[in-house]
Amino acid sequence: MTPESQPGTPAEPDPQWMVRFDKVVKTFGDATVLRELDFQVRPGERVTLIGPSGSGKTTILRLLMTLERVTSGTIHIDGECLSHMRRGTRRVPADERHLRRVRKRIGMVFQQFNLFPNMNVLRNITEAPVRALGVPRDQAEDKARELLEMVGLADKALAHPSQLSGGQQQRVAIARALAMEPEVLLLDEVTSALDPELVSGVQCLLRDIAQQGNLTLLCVTHEMNFARDISDRVLMFDHGRILEEGPPDQIFSEPEQQRTREFLQAVLDV
Amino acid sequence: MVTVNPCSAELPGTLGETMPFLCEGAVVTLQSAAGGSVLALVLALVVGLTATSRFRGARAVARVYMEFFRGTSVLVQLFWLFYAMPILTGFQLDTLFAGILALGLNLGAYGSEVVRGAVQAVPAGQREAAIALNLSPYQRMRRVILPQAFVEMVPPMNNLLIELLKSTSLLSVITVTDLAYQGRLLVNSGSDQLVVFALLLVIYFLLSYLITLLMRYVEGRAARLVGRGKPRRTPWRRRSATAGAGR
Ligand SMILES: Nc1ncnc2c1ncn2[C@@H]1O[C@H](COP(=O)(O)OP(=O)(O)O)[C@@H](O)[C@H]1O
Ligand SMILES: [Mg+2]
Repeated sequence: MTPESQPGTPAEPDPQWMVRFDKVVKTFGDATVLRELDFQVRPGERVTLIGPSGSGKTTILRLLMTLERVTSGTIHIDGECLSHMRRGTRRVPADERHLRRVRKRIGMVFQQFNLFPNMNVLRNITEAPVRALGVPRDQAEDKARELLEMVGLADKALAHPSQLSGGQQQRVAIARALAMEPEVLLLDEVTSALDPELVSGVQCLLRDIAQQGNLTLLCVTHEMNFARDISDRVLMFDHGRILEEGPPDQIFSEPEQQRTREFLQAVLDV
Repeated sequence: MVTVNPCSAELPGTLGETMPFLCEGAVVTLQSAAGGSVLALVLALVVGLTATSRFRGARAVARVYMEFFRGTSVLVQLFWLFYAMPILTGFQLDTLFAGILALGLNLGAYGSEVVRGAVQAVPAGQREAAIALNLSPYQRMRRVILPQAFVEMVPPMNNLLIELLKSTSLLSVITVTDLAYQGRLLVNSGSDQLVVFALLLVIYFLLSYLITLLMRYVEGRAARLVGRGKPRRTPWRRRSATAGAGR
């Protein structure tokens, strides 16, 4: 095998775009969820996706996390294609090794937390660094305790997920994602499953995280104040297309599209 | 206190005359049940996981095995392994071994279905979180999915193992000298039918109760593993249990 034909050699990094969607189509059976979607996110940029339920926001994050495959079109993370890789001169579907290398750069926090019930809090956070990255366990545990300190749960390291409130579970899930040191963090309605009084705590934490690091953030939320605080840019989706985009102040104060106005009205009323 | 050996020939009346033989039979029954269980559990795990594979060919092979061995009775499988195979291949299996093989293959097919069902019942979000954390397919299964599925498997596996124990009585048709075989032998040679059959009832029940006790212990351990059931008693757990009581 010649060096060029090694499967999955890293692509050139793309200094301009951290995330790039080109003509991405995603269908489920007969339903077309995303129609030739194009958009880009700069490194370190924080983008909020808003739009009515069913407009395809979750699908976009799931495609980025490689939980779904595109029907056609391409997605690049820092110049590296998510769905395909080069083998010699041919472009072939990504294999597990390629997928794992791109996934290393992406983290995701889910609406339903999805903590592992067969592990305590500390283990939830250290499992992936130890197993997937090969970090020594004591080093991973030190890091995990730092992260727990940051999310305000230093005393819960040995607790079991079921002993925590929803808000605490979600903060553990955030710490767990950050422990992998992703470059891109995906947040899918991370506060919608929480009791109202627990929402602000998690939002504060995410605000801090958004403001500190040079994380690239893609966030789906229905909380417009939160979106305003953390994002550089807001994308309004409808039926799998970007209806309009702009800085949060512009989108929230003087949206151009009637559809956006109606949507914001509906969200702010509840 | 006087301890009485239940298998002793010194026991009074019909007991002394039958128990030594029944105990011998019980040992053979236990051997075939234990051997069959180990084989069935290994097959269940391997085939059950194969049935959840992403590869269609692998799933198909697993399916064929499961449907075939569930769809034909243990008895017929025994006949094939013990009587038909020597004719076809010239290779004669030992009776006990043939019995264990038939039981393992048959109950393993049912067990595969249990494993497949339990693995697929783990919420999709768990697998997705494991992917998002970049665990490898093996690590996802070994560290996240299986430990959670395991808890769901224990009660139906308990039923299967009891079923397997009871099926060992079929092995007497290929002259395995198990409990049922010894019982019939005793009755044929003139022992009191009622006593022998009552003893068979009691011994089979005790053996299956033994399995249930064992599985209950396993179930308790497994439930604790995923944070259900009683937490282990350590000072730390007690403290955080009171702290979390306000929730
Ligand atoms: N796995 C799936 N199978 C079939 N349809 C799906 C699947 N996932 C999402 N959809 C459909 O895709 C559309 C967009 O869903 P989603 O991306 O979850 O929207 P949003 O997050 O904006 O509410 C919805 O109509 C939904 O029913
Ligand atoms: Mg959604």
